[in-house]
Amino acid sequence: MSDKLYTKTVHELHQLMKTKKVSSVELVTAIYERIEQVDDKVKAYLTLTKAAALIEAQKVDKRIADAKEIGPLEGIPVAIKDNMCTEGVKTTCASKILANYIPPYNATAVTELEDDGAIILGKLNMDEFAMGSSCENSAFFPTHNPWNLKTVPGGSSGGSAAAVAADEAPFALGSDTGGSIRQPASFCGVVGMKPTYGRVSRYGLVAFASSLDQIGPLAKDVTDTAIIMNVICGYDPYDSTSIDKKVPDHTKALTGKLDEIKTVGVVKELLGKGISPEVKKSIEEAIKVYEKLGAKIKMISMPSFEYALSCYYLVATAEASSNLARYDGVKFGLRSADSPDLLSMYYNTRREGFGPEVKRRIMLGTYALSSGYYDAYYLKAQKIRTLIKRDFEAAFKEVDVLISPTTPTVAFNIGEKSDDPLSMYLSDIATIPINLAGIPAISIPCGLAKGLPIGLQIMGNVLEEEKIIKAAYAFEQKTKWHKERPKL
Amino acid sequence: MSKKYEIVIGLEIHAQLSTDSKIFCACSTKFGNEPNSNICPICTGQPGVLPTLNKKVVEFAVKTSIALNMKKIKGESIFSRKQYFYPDLPKDFQVSQYDKPLAEHGEIEIEVDHSPKKIGITRIHLEEDAGKLVHVGSDRITGSDFSLVDFNRTGVPLMEIVSEPDIRSPEEAKLYVQELAAILSYLGVCDAKMEEGSLRCDANISIRPVGQKEFGTRTELKNVNSTKALKDGLTAEVERQIEALESGEKIIQETRHYDEKTGKTIALRSKEEAHDYRYFPEPDLVPLVISDAMIAEARKDIGELPQAKIKRYVEKLNLSAEAADTIVAGKDLAEFFEKCLKSSDKAAELSNWIIGSVTAYLNEKKIGIGQSKLTPKKLVAMLNLIEKGTISKKIAKDVIVQLLETEKSAEEIVKASGTTQISDESEIEKIIDEVLAKNAKSVADYKAGKITAMGFLVGQTMKATKGRANPGLVNQLLQKKLSA
Repeated sequence: MSDKLYTKTVHELHQLMKTKKVSSVELVTAIYERIEQVDDKVKAYLTLTKAAALIEAQKVDKRIADAKEIGPLEGIPVAIKDNMCTEGVKTTCASKILANYIPPYNATAVTELEDDGAIILGKLNMDEFAMGSSCENSAFFPTHNPWNLKTVPGGSSGGSAAAVAADEAPFALGSDTGGSIRQPASFCGVVGMKPTYGRVSRYGLVAFASSLDQIGPLAKDVTDTAIIMNVICGYDPYDSTSIDKKVPDHTKALTGKLDEIKTVGVVKELLGKGISPEVKKSIEEAIKVYEKLGAKIKMISMPSFEYALSCYYLVATAEASSNLARYDGVKFGLRSADSPDLLSMYYNTRREGFGPEVKRRIMLGTYALSSGYYDAYYLKAQKIRTLIKRDFEAAFKEVDVLISPTTPTVAFNIGEKSDDPLSMYLSDIATIPINLAGIPAISIPCGLAKGLPIGLQIMGNVLEEEKIIKAAYAFEQKTKWHKERPKL
Repeated sequence: MSKKYEIVIGLEIHAQLSTDSKIFCACSTKFGNEPNSNICPICTGQPGVLPTLNKKVVEFAVKTSIALNMKKIKGESIFSRKQYFYPDLPKDFQVSQYDKPLAEHGEIEIEVDHSPKKIGITRIHLEEDAGKLVHVGSDRITGSDFSLVDFNRTGVPLMEIVSEPDIRSPEEAKLYVQELAAILSYLGVCDAKMEEGSLRCDANISIRPVGQKEFGTRTELKNVNSTKALKDGLTAEVERQIEALESGEKIIQETRHYDEKTGKTIALRSKEEAHDYRYFPEPDLVPLVISDAMIAEARKDIGELPQAKIKRYVEKLNLSAEAADTIVAGKDLAEFFEKCLKSSDKAAELSNWIIGSVTAYLNEKKIGIGQSKLTPKKLVAMLNLIEKGTISKKIAKDVIVQLLETEKSAEEIVKASGTTQISDESEIEKIIDEVLAKNAKSVADYKAGKITAMGFLVGQTMKATKGRANPGLVNQLLQKKLSA
């Protein structure tokens, strides 16, 4: 039984645990064996917490032995992107500046998982401080795409997507500021969801851009996604921006039909120039699937999308420049040695501790907020943000969900775009507007080209995660792309 | 000071709010604890933490806004990040309020040379305090061997109250701060003690030729730690500015520090102060919305404010304006006074004791009335002994010191020391006879018309009884004997 345990989904594993066919210890052990087998190639993990995980798994097994009912995540292993605080376990943000940082507290999302009996396997690689789209900006090493080790897994939650795709974790948590869950999910052929801004507590998520950051799941299918959403969503008094509304049972949306979803909108701007032919073809096929499912298809124009990228790189960098100020060598993290005075301690620590992309964004953001430039950059970007929100509001008056490719192309080669930040930024063109508007979206596998996965993005209105999950699950049932697995 | 120039002063007051917990986390605000003991991931700015606004802080700010007659309280205000690098600021930005403060457009009244004057309040906003640095080897970070940081104060709630440039003299500045301090302490929102740092004051000051409309270039006087230092510092700065203008120099806009030792202001290095704070809205906090209901709730909680209290003391209790001022200036004194009035109707008498012997003692010991052993009950009991003639006022002046210092009641003190007043006529007469016998010359003087000799004889009688004889009786009996 245990030889292929690592390939199973959360809901399959839950059945095995419930019927006592598998113990959590067996499962955790099987996954660590898998990690040992393949992670030398994939490089998804930064930290493994095997000893603690096995102790926790034993505890859960004892509890399961006495329990009549067990929760859906009880005893199921999970891996966490390394920008979510784990008490007593290094949380590095894949940065030299936090290379030895051990948080004194847990992120709320991590606590939620632990409270529900999930077992934490370790911490996953990412672009430094979640800034990047390829996982190449990790200060430690790049992660490789399990489908083709020469290509990137996407980013910034590249480790999360690669770990799930390579069966190194049944599911993972990632964070999404401009596409950082959905883009790597697309590149690695897994399901990745960015919930509505405020749906999952950000407390303990190391901030990149506070008004855009959102934690979400990366999983092997839509069913697992719905199960995990039930656990991690909800109001948190420690996060003033979290939404104080009851969380629905997302698994009720797993009907296999479109039900109340009558009209599916297709974002016109995201099927035009810059979209590779094979991606375009897959999306056109996806449209046909929705037609077959009985939906009316409507082309929707989002004129404000033209400015989304510029807007994003002002808002996100401005907030980042402020959020990353605290890494100054005074309290925690790296402090550069041999700095004779305060200023040189600041300069040296930040010069040595941050990588080039992080420095680039801090400089951009600092500039955008500078006296005399604030109105022209930051304030204007906020206005564009309002326009993007309005475009979505208008669209959701006409359609129930919107679809687009998640990324313009399939995964690119490692090193291909590292020297060209602008073309790297463009790979987030389809995902960025969603963060700016604060709405939820999912990426699900919808095809393969040159042996690499293609992702379909489904967007919904604020707090309409259920509609998105419904549309995604109906598609998944018809197509089975999610069953495709890389051969490692 | 020159009559040629008009002085223009505006004050920025930082009031530490006396909430139990910090503005954005649950840590205690208690002063004087072990360094870095009142801290948590949030107020030390650990990666990933978020602020949540303390409701009590908002309540206190709304109360203050009502008391300071702010026209705009209702509606939205926004927290912003004020960004600068400094080791006492864990996030390297301070959460404050910038272009949308909590309240705007208010005023308070002060009394200048016995006539009322209104000082406008521009705005009230909320922010978090920074930590405290201790430099080893130097008194500032530059040149020190190393510096230590204590984050206990980080995140203690501060309320900044900015005045309009309506203040026209250093004395007015002092009166304004005293009035504001009294209001804040009556509201119970701030201890309002400049010496202890719970109230801090920065002053913007400029001068202009009388009649000129435009303001002169201003300087900022920072970190004065008493109302006296504020007045003295401003006076010194006015003199410096006048001298500069008179000798044809220009005033440079800069931050200055008042050196109490030399009585002069000195420029702080402007390089350290040159900041672009890069303010932007704090994305981790939602806009703060003050509703009518919150304002109504806060209004219920506001008791009698200092000006109203003074007015009542003068008009209803017939206290002198000075007496009323002195008692009301200290919230604890006024509370003490009013407790006494519950069992005594001798308001004038009580106020005399409170602003006289009691205040003198408290000032000397540098303590508040709450730290002394005097209670309203004990003071009223002493007044009753005076009224009954058991003790003289003179004796009472000794008794009150013991009331302040010990747990004993006036009665116990008087009994123990045998200082009860002698009101027994025959006993006094006996003593007077002895005195008259010893001072035959004075008796002769008096009878020859030298009336002052009477005073001497009274004094001698009192001396003989160690002050215990009832002075009224002594006078009466002496007169009777001498005219016999």
